[in-house]
Amino acid sequence: MNPASKPGNFPLIPRRSKINILSVLAVVALLYIIAAYVTNAAPDRVINGLPQIFNFVFGNLIPPNWSYYDTVAGSLLETWNIALLATTLSVFFCLPIAFLSASNINTSSILYNIVRFAMNVLRTIPDLVLAVIFVGLVGIGAMAGIYALFFFSVGILAKLISETIESIDPDPLEAIRSTGGNTLQVIWYGVMPQILPHYISYSLYVLEINVRASVVLGFVGAGGVGLILNQQLNFFNYGNVSMIILMTFVVVTLIDVVSIRLRERIV
Amino acid sequence: MIEFKNVSLTYPNGHQGLKNVNLEINQGEMIVVVGLSGAGKSTLIRSMNQLVKPTEGELLIDGKNSLKFNERELREMRTDIGMIFQSYNLVRRMSVLRNVLSGALGRTNTLRSILGLFKKEDKQLALASLDRVGIAEKAYSRADQLSGGQQQRVSIARALTQKTKVFLADEPVASLDPPTSHIVMKDLRRINREDNITMIVNLHFIDMAMEYADRIIGMRSGEVVFDGPASEVTEKTFEDIYGRPIKEDDMLSEDAGAEANDTHGEDLDTKGETASSEEADSK
Repeated sequence: MNPASKPGNFPLIPRRSKINILSVLAVVALLYIIAAYVTNAAPDRVINGLPQIFNFVFGNLIPPNWSYYDTVAGSLLETWNIALLATTLSVFFCLPIAFLSASNINTSSILYNIVRFAMNVLRTIPDLVLAVIFVGLVGIGAMAGIYALFFFSVGILAKLISETIESIDPDPLEAIRSTGGNTLQVIWYGVMPQILPHYISYSLYVLEINVRASVVLGFVGAGGVGLILNQQLNFFNYGNVSMIILMTFVVVTLIDVVSIRLRERIV
Repeated sequence: MIEFKNVSLTYPNGHQGLKNVNLEINQGEMIVVVGLSGAGKSTLIRSMNQLVKPTEGELLIDGKNSLKFNERELREMRTDIGMIFQSYNLVRRMSVLRNVLSGALGRTNTLRSILGLFKKEDKQLALASLDRVGIAEKAYSRADQLSGGQQQRVSIARALTQKTKVFLADEPVASLDPPTSHIVMKDLRRINREDNITMIVNLHFIDMAMEYADRIIGMRSGEVVFDGPASEVTEKTFEDIYGRPIKEDDMLSEDAGAEANDTHGEDLDTKGETASSEEADSK
């Protein structure tokens, strides 16, 4: 079909492409329909449920039990401490792993692949599952949460930082190697100054993630505010529940805002 | 003394970087290696401290075949060879002083270097080296705040702090404008004369090579095609080395060199302002 030979009306998109696009759209739409059908999801169920949500929010959650303040503050502090300790430990422990899983530093391909594989396995384990494992190992409480988040954050940080290491400028490393520096000196004088801003930024980012994750981890007994949230839900103490949600919201938002501001200034 | 005996180097992709090179380099020589890009100049220089490793032959450094060195001996050998790169290879986010001190890493133990506990003599030497190239007042600036010419002088100070017998300079002025190029080359020649440090420099500008070299080594497609004192070199020699007639592009114009002398080399390239280059020149 040569458009120049057809002075009249001709399609903007060739017929063939039209059919292709339409069939892709049809397949996607079909997937949606199957998903909705299988999960029994229908908009009318949400609409019919609206009065119940309304009753729950205004009948049960409001007003929050303001006097519950003390208990929530203590638990939130525990949540923060869990996140802070887990993050700080992982920030140090992830470094050697990050260097071992950066191909421009670790030239032994066997070790590199072993470390990479181990990290991939670690990252496939959800934080909630880690928490369940550690509650089983060390018992209910904050300690289990710290262990779970520690391993969880090492997985994330080692990945992010090893990718940063692989993208740095190799020239200064060559210069330090040429002065006779050993691998640790090359890392400390050539790599660290280059990755430092990213390193700090990722650490703060992981702290944010950990604060939010440690709220949830309490549900499986790993300490913090999630623990009392789960209790109060089971006792139908909705006044207390809304107080927990409210204070958690304020604290998490505050930590996020401070952390994001700091990260903006670093990079 | 550095001695190449039938040295060849084949890169993993099959490209032959060096072909049967035989050279003898004596202590204190000022050598310029010339050739077109891809002729093997960089490979020749980088093979001396084994940033690339020759695949055949013997490379004797003070009588020992360096190609047989293990990791530890290789590091020891490198502490005796300073290197200056085309793109300066400084750690841009680090202070000038720390960059210069990284030249002392080879003789500082790992723990001390990580804690930043350099010996007093090393710190003094670092500052003195910066002073020799005329930028001592920049010691606490971050490396990336300096102009290109200043950064190259920081890398010279780094090599000086290394206390070596040999400097390898791989296209040290290729990223600099003509006046700054002359300042850097003069620094290198002065160090060669004053400290009796062997200087092996890659250049592709003919007039610059003639001005600063005592001995010229010409390379073409991995082979040494000329080796002799600079006084014997004529335009014909360069045409033989390059395998084609000399063009204007092969020269850094005469005026530029003169200008460098007039202004005592103001850095014209980037953020340049260096009152101190005057001092560097006059020393």
